[in-house]
Amino acid sequence: MMQLAVRDQPLLDVDNLVVEYGLGNKTVHAVSGVSLHVARGETLGLVGESGCGKSTLGRAVLQLRRAKSGRVLFDGEDLTAMEGEALRKMRRRVQLIFQDPIASLNPRRRIGDIVAEPLIIAGVKDASERKRRVHEVLSAVGLDPDLVAGRLPHEFSGGQCQRICIARSLVLNPEFIVCDEPVSALDVSIRAQILNLLEEMKTRFGLTLLFIAHDLAVVKAVSDRVAVMYLGRLCEVGPSEQLFAKPAHPYTGLLLEAIPVPDPDVRPVESVAIGEPPSPIAPPSGCRFRTRCPRADQRCSTEMPELREVVPGQFVACHHPLA
Amino acid sequence: MSTPLLTIEDVAVELPTPRGNLRAVDHVNLSLEAGRTLGIVGESGCGKTMLSRAILQLLPKKAKLTGRVMFDGQDLVRLAPEGLRRLRARDLAVVFQDPMTSLNPVLTIGTQLMETIQEHLELDAPAARKRSIELLAAVGIPAPEQRLAQYPHQCSGGMRQRIAIAIALSCEPKLLIADEPTTALDVTIQAQILDLLAREQRRRHMAMIIITHDLGVVAGRADEVAVMYAGRVVERAPTQALFKRMHMPYTEALLAAIPKLETAPHTPLPAISGRPPDPTRPLRGCSFEPRCRYAAGRCYEAKPELKAAETPEHLYACFHPIQMAEGIGA
Ligand SMILES: Nc1ncnc2c1ncn2[C@@H]1O[C@H](COP(=O)(O)OP(=O)(O)OP(=O)(O)O)[C@@H](O)[C@H]1O
Ligand SMILES: Nc1ncnc2c1ncn2[C@@H]1O[C@H](COP(=O)(O)OP(=O)(O)OP(=O)(O)O)[C@@H](O)[C@H]1O
Ligand code: SF4
Ligand code: SF4
Ligand SMILES: [Mg+2]
Ligand SMILES: [Mg+2]
Repeated sequence: MMQLAVRDQPLLDVDNLVVEYGLGNKTVHAVSGVSLHVARGETLGLVGESGCGKSTLGRAVLQLRRAKSGRVLFDGEDLTAMEGEALRKMRRRVQLIFQDPIASLNPRRRIGDIVAEPLIIAGVKDASERKRRVHEVLSAVGLDPDLVAGRLPHEFSGGQCQRICIARSLVLNPEFIVCDEPVSALDVSIRAQILNLLEEMKTRFGLTLLFIAHDLAVVKAVSDRVAVMYLGRLCEVGPSEQLFAKPAHPYTGLLLEAIPVPDPDVRPVESVAIGEPPSPIAPPSGCRFRTRCPRADQRCSTEMPELREVVPGQFVACHHPLA
Repeated sequence: MSTPLLTIEDVAVELPTPRGNLRAVDHVNLSLEAGRTLGIVGESGCGKTMLSRAILQLLPKKAKLTGRVMFDGQDLVRLAPEGLRRLRARDLAVVFQDPMTSLNPVLTIGTQLMETIQEHLELDAPAARKRSIELLAAVGIPAPEQRLAQYPHQCSGGMRQRIAIAIALSCEPKLLIADEPTTALDVTIQAQILDLLAREQRRRHMAMIIITHDLGVVAGRADEVAVMYAGRVVERAPTQALFKRMHMPYTEALLAAIPKLETAPHTPLPAISGRPPDPTRPLRGCSFEPRCRYAAGRCYEAKPELKAAETPEHLYACFHPIQMAEGIGA
């Protein structure tokens, strides 16, 4: 029994995380009590529209932004309680890939140095060892190390820059990577190449991923489970196939309807036009989605819905879930 | 068939670069009637924006433009600057991917809208203000009166794009060019903006060009689609016909590369390997040949010209077209 418990312990376990920003004398409620877990070797997709707190959550997991309250257990250890050397050691095991690949590369540094930087920070002193690692990861992401190591970022396209960012994130042999909209800035053909690359790297290096995006089809392509976020809270979590086949939260249903379908016989649904999300400075009482929800009633404005299991493995925070 | 509002004839744009002349647009022919929507699709760098800038005569100074752009009976390429300015102010409007390129960050939304309206429609200030409020309401902005006093940075990305659209529509244009109007936005907001454009287009009987890299965006919304690759139009057809039978391998590959909701997780995507050719280097064969899984024989030697498929409206440029009916094609 004991053994089982250890093996089943998720690599990442986020418990009731709250992250806020001060804005003048106001407070931005960016992440308001989010709990989730990611099993070893799993990819958890995180979707939601712009400003709902996806990046804030990702950054708070990596302790790049400290949470106001809540815990982030990584491999059983609470990162929110860690500081200094202990935290630095832990950070070698977790990495982040950003949305804008070009902006996240220093324009004045050569690709070889950019990719080697995490090794230097981590104290790998042997130059030939560093070079060996850089070559290894550049080849892994499909670039020719001899051709690219000496060049500058502006000589590369967006897709190639994202490959370089992925190489940099792999160079320390991490266990866990937060991918924050890694393909949103790329066009359709390059997007497919990068998604395939991430999947390949995940298998090859035994990675666990938190994959953030606002495109549900992209998220489904790579995720085992998906969490849907709205205005700082989770609406729904479940296995990808199940969640997309039978969304239980009205917001998930809406997101699915809004996806443009590459088929002229499928007329776009006009009913999705229900305005924009409210401000996270003064989020609505009760259910945060109620101002845009077609099913909202009195109870939704007074009582906050908690995540509960509706189908095995599928959790939804809604008083009136879709059947 | 009525005379087209816009006819692009043999338009080519070359840009001088340190590495030689870059073929941004390579002899494109297109036409568009009033009240219709044309979708232009292709991956980054294929020349979509340069083509729209060639229509608007807003190319970089050093660019070399040849061909004719017939709009409402006049050749814009040969029109004097004053005439062009008047046309752009009234009949031709554009919305860019980043709404901040069309909005002025230091002026309030009200000032920007009213200035444009007064310049184009010769209305006095109270009338222009009333018209501004109507336009903001029409593009779905709640509490439009309050918005007038706000600055662009006080609005979300989706709001800003709505405002940019309101400004573009304020002069009642005959043609609206939307260059990736929703690429920077979320799916829900994207759907709303595309609905808004479609609604205004129908209401005003305006012609519209939607530029995107996503075939999904044009499928339900364009009457006709032109697929561009390496500066050229490589397939062009009424939307229904195109999706029913794609003839150009590139169009097929572009569609296949889009992640589909029906597909099970962890299914490798049929990505198009490699990259488009360097537009400063001369080409021997078909520009898609290095990435094409059907490439053979003539593909390495000659450039396939656009030719008609089953109907004269469906054109493709390929030596080995896919899904061709018996007896047609190569
Ligand atoms: N440094 C900051 N100071 C104040 N507010 C912030 C800060 N960073 C983010 N926010 C706000 O916090 C909320 C959540 O932002 P976050 O960037 O996490 O959202 P997101 O889901 O990643 O959005 P996007 O899809 O646009 O990247 C937003 O309302 C945002 O404006
Ligand atoms: N100002 C410029 N000077 C020189 N070359 C340019 C300039 N602007 C664009 N180009 C080049 O012209 C070609 C066509 O670019 P264009 O911007 O039209 O592509 P696009 O299809 O709009 O791409 P995207 O989807 O990235 O917007 C590309 O090879 C591009 O690198
Ligand atoms: S709790 Fe109420 S408002 Fe919230 S999603 Fe469910 S029905 Fe809609
Ligand atoms: S002409 Fe040849 S290389 Fe070009 S798209 Fe057709 S089959 Fe492919
Ligand atoms: Mg973000
Ligand atoms: Mg462009």
